[in-house]
Amino acid sequence: MQELGKAELNSTRIIRQNDNRVVIEKDLDTEYMVLSMGPQHPSTHGVLRLECITDGEVVVEAEPYLGYLHRCFEKYCEKVDYPGIVPYTDRMDYLAGMNTELAYCIAVEKLLDVEIPRRVEFIRVIVSELNRIASHLVAIGTYGIDLGAFTPFLFCFRDREHILNLLEWISGARMLYNYIWIGGLSYDVPADFKKRVAEFVTYFRPKALELQKLLTENEIFVKRTKGVGIMPAEVAINYAWSGPMLRGSGVKWDLRRNDPYSVYPELDFEVPVPDGRFSDIGDSLSRHLVRAWEMDESLKIIEQCLDKMPEVEGFNSRSAIPKKIRPKAGEVYGRAENPRGEVGFYIVSDGKSTKPLRCKARSSCFVNLSAMKDLSKGQLIPDLVAIIGSIDIVLGEVDR
Amino acid sequence: MSQSPSLNTWSEALSGFYIGWLPLGLLIVAAIPLVFIALYALTYGVYGERKISAFMQDRLGPMEVGPWGLLQTLADILKLLQKEDIVPTVADKFLFVIGPVIMFVGSFMAFAVLPFGPAFIGADLNVGLFYAIGIVAFEVVGILASGWGSNNKWALYGAIRSVAQIVSYEIPASIALLCGAMMAGSLSMQQFSVMQAGPYGFIHYYLFSNPIAWLPFIIYLISSLAETNRAPFDIPEAESELVAGFFTEYSGMKFAMFFLAEYGSMFMVSAILSIVFLGGWASPLPNVGGLALNDLTSGPAWGAFWIIMKGFFFIFVQMWLRWTLPRLRVDQLMYLCWKVLTPFSFIAFVLTAVWEIYK
Repeated sequence: MQELGKAELNSTRIIRQNDNRVVIEKDLDTEYMVLSMGPQHPSTHGVLRLECITDGEVVVEAEPYLGYLHRCFEKYCEKVDYPGIVPYTDRMDYLAGMNTELAYCIAVEKLLDVEIPRRVEFIRVIVSELNRIASHLVAIGTYGIDLGAFTPFLFCFRDREHILNLLEWISGARMLYNYIWIGGLSYDVPADFKKRVAEFVTYFRPKALELQKLLTENEIFVKRTKGVGIMPAEVAINYAWSGPMLRGSGVKWDLRRNDPYSVYPELDFEVPVPDGRFSDIGDSLSRHLVRAWEMDESLKIIEQCLDKMPEVEGFNSRSAIPKKIRPKAGEVYGRAENPRGEVGFYIVSDGKSTKPLRCKARSSCFVNLSAMKDLSKGQLIPDLVAIIGSIDIVLGEVDR
Repeated sequence: MSQSPSLNTWSEALSGFYIGWLPLGLLIVAAIPLVFIALYALTYGVYGERKISAFMQDRLGPMEVGPWGLLQTLADILKLLQKEDIVPTVADKFLFVIGPVIMFVGSFMAFAVLPFGPAFIGADLNVGLFYAIGIVAFEVVGILASGWGSNNKWALYGAIRSVAQIVSYEIPASIALLCGAMMAGSLSMQQFSVMQAGPYGFIHYYLFSNPIAWLPFIIYLISSLAETNRAPFDIPEAESELVAGFFTEYSGMKFAMFFLAEYGSMFMVSAILSIVFLGGWASPLPNVGGLALNDLTSGPAWGAFWIIMKGFFFIFVQMWLRWTLPRLRVDQLMYLCWKVLTPFSFIAFVLTAVWEIYK
């Protein structure tokens, strides 16, 4: 048998057999298929588009395409004065508005060098931790939907509703709060606030346990997520991952501990990282577990803050807000630990204007999503969905 | 067949009723279960699913249309009927149109052999069980036609997954049903119920009277979920992965036909399960001493009542699972079929055979 020639296309071979017959052999031909997943797809969490090259059900390569929700945040910042940017930051990560506001205000306050009243700091921490729980509830619930479990999602939303009611009570809005202002808060909390937050904490503890039993301990859920989309710690660090994504890879990195801001140094809480008992370190299940554990830690933080928060007679939450916000010339980078990772604002001031010369936002989801190409290589389509869900993207923040 | 002599004669008389050349009576006898099923599938299956899911999720479900939202499904059907019937320009028109029809017809054809009582049966075939198994395979053609005909990548994925899944799960399902056939010594659907009826009610059911029956029962319960594409095996229409699977491109009444076919199939597999292992129309209540509960609750109307109740119970189980469990992955699904269910169904088959010989 002798091979006479080979055509590139369809891997066709022309072969002379032993009895001098010439035959043309053709391999069973398979083709790659380009599959455009999104922007209108149920599990891309908004308007992400993934262009997948698939071989049957296996994703050979997935390339994320962004920008469908781009709203020129950074350009707007150059046209709006400092306090006016706060509502825009709400619209970045619309599931964790308080946290993003806090990150922005921290940056500007660093530039201004103002002293924040202690009560304000505690209220800020309480609302941002409440918002962290709300955001993680959405992440966990939608992750359940991605894997086909519908009921945990509605349980999550039921509990999240309580948080949104609390935040609506203090700020007037359910998602886009504009509550944390530079140097203070728009309003002090209402009189019964402490009591109702404490009520929520006692209400939520058993519900979190119920959620864990329903979803996290489910055999099918574990089978779907364990060992899927493993990200080693070094690669995660090289991708500049942060938040639950990085901690899911086993790196104990939390800005509330590693670069403390506000009153976090006074508070006692753990930074949960997976230890390999329940999951393979760095897989989708680890990331999910980190979120679930973080909700418990947030509850702890809230309880401590409720104890330590000073009661001040006739407290004015706007007392420390400067009359005219015109920082001296310079640049600053302020960052905070958002539910999805590090959100930072790099602000340059020219010292003359009430508007920033440049405001660059570091988005946690955008950076976390950048590893998508690496993570998706050789995965099945259902696993791809599980991985996107575990990244927990908010497209408002990715595109800004 | 002693329970219902009156009904037998009644239906005999009715089936002899002709108007001219038209066998009107025969049509009525055959149509009764189908009309019921159509009504059920159209309204109360969907309504039940919504309400059950709502109660599981701390919601109320439909409440606006009619008392407790009872007419919600009718309103939905009216809406679906009014919708534009869209056929994509690049679709294979013939396959696209014929797909839902095959699904619909296939899922409702099996009702012909479901006994709704000692005399309520469309056709008492002597191979009724084989017919019912075969009809499920027929549905695959519809899925493949609609998935391929849609000319949509998601639909194609859904169709491929669905065909692989249904064809695979037919093997453990059929073998599990064969175990039941060995116990009854017959393939006639009517014969199953007759064999399992008796004065002690549920004690006569194979599930309770036969020490091996629980194994094929569980195997068929699991496989039937896969055959009807219900969670946790709803991989072909996995909405978070494949948008809507093989019916991504369908809208309006064609979509409703898929929907009805699904609910029809759900009732069909539930009925088959209750006929083969739980006595079909036979009353579960035993005669206790002087209290002849079994005799009181046997008869034509009671027969229909019992099988429908049993069917509803397993539909409830299906909904319960659907709203509790996440979805398996394709390879895990195949693993479960070929490496778990199929070997166990063979074991069940052998054990049943041994039991039937030496009991």
